[in-house]
Amino acid sequence: MLDLAVAYNRYRFLGDEFLTWLWYTIENDPSVLKSADPDCQSLEVGNRIVFENRKTKSVERITIKGDEAGLEEGRLALRKGALVSEIALIFKTGEYQWQFSVKGESLNVSNLKTPGPSLPQSPEQMDDFILEKTGQVDKILQFLEKIFSLFIRSRVSSKWTNKVVPSIKKWIISIEAS
Amino acid sequence: MGILSSAVSITRYRVEGKIEGPVIEIVSKGLKKNTIPEIDEEAESMAAGWTSFENPFHPNFDGSSFVFGNLFVFALRIDRKSIPAKLLKKHLTLETSKRLAKTSRRFLSKDEKQALKDKVINDLAIRVPSTPNVYDLIWNYEASSLWFYSNLRSANEEIETLFRRSFNIGLLRLFPYTAADITAGLSDSERDVLIGLSPTHFSD
Repeated sequence: MLDLAVAYNRYRFLGDEFLTWLWYTIENDPSVLKSADPDCQSLEVGNRIVFENRKTKSVERITIKGDEAGLEEGRLALRKGALVSEIALIFKTGEYQWQFSVKGESLNVSNLKTPGPSLPQSPEQMDDFILEKTGQVDKILQFLEKIFSLFIRSRVSSKWTNKVVPSIKKWIISIEAS
Repeated sequence: MGILSSAVSITRYRVEGKIEGPVIEIVSKGLKKNTIPEIDEEAESMAAGWTSFENPFHPNFDGSSFVFGNLFVFALRIDRKSIPAKLLKKHLTLETSKRLAKTSRRFLSKDEKQALKDKVINDLAIRVPSTPNVYDLIWNYEASSLWFYSNLRSANEEIETLFRRSFNIGLLRLFPYTAADITAGLSDSERDVLIGLSPTHFSD
């Protein structure tokens, strides 16, 4: 394996490409999400999305936040060469929902809110709480691991250049036209 | 933000290697050996070590107190003392005046000033209480995975160092390259492609 510090910086673009691909997938091919977790009823963009453009001399960063925030600015940023560098997501199954953010460069998860469980009322309840809470956190981390694996397997295949990139470009252009 | 918080931040690690021998006993030994030392009323300005998840200010790793089901749950605690600049300036000025009066001189040399500053910092550090920061972690030994409940770089660097020192096995942080290399199940030829990848341009 490569030196980790070198690998972190050299391949940080993969994280931003992943989040950009994920946004495209949410809007255009949500069936892929179900293949990562059959319980996934929907994955929605939450109240915060950050774009970074590294094609310019200095890194340009655009943050869009707010529950009712429009993503037009972000779509414009994509057209100018920016990628999604951080995204808030809402993962829903039939009954429950999880909210969390993912950062592209590190794949770190932040602000993860699970549907439960309630805080333990006594030390005796701690074991059950930890195991249930861990299961709920694990559901999202497993989902992310699987969806990232799907992205990477596509990214290292010829399908990426031949099919995925043209589709994403077409999506970006369609945003421009709409 | 820890396990009990309503919103949590997590850095994912792969644990590299296995413990040879009785696992719980060896982990308990590593935790005890590297428990956070108390630095209040000591001159140290910073300390880092393990503490208990349920009682972070009374660490106790006896028996299997850190075992929850098939998980090891404990915490990294980092205590830091911060001496306000104005407090330091005040005490340094007072000490400098005393020293000058005692020696009947008008100035101190550069080395004397530095030595006096070190002494004042040392004296104040003994009197200033430390501020603790506690970061929970969950170690799934069987799955060789560890969740660290912080995305702070300094805390992540501290746990990576302390974990190796305590258990003689390493932690590998999962970020885009390592996640692709380790968790995506790529073949050798796909890994070769991965190494040669360069950024995609989605806009013309």
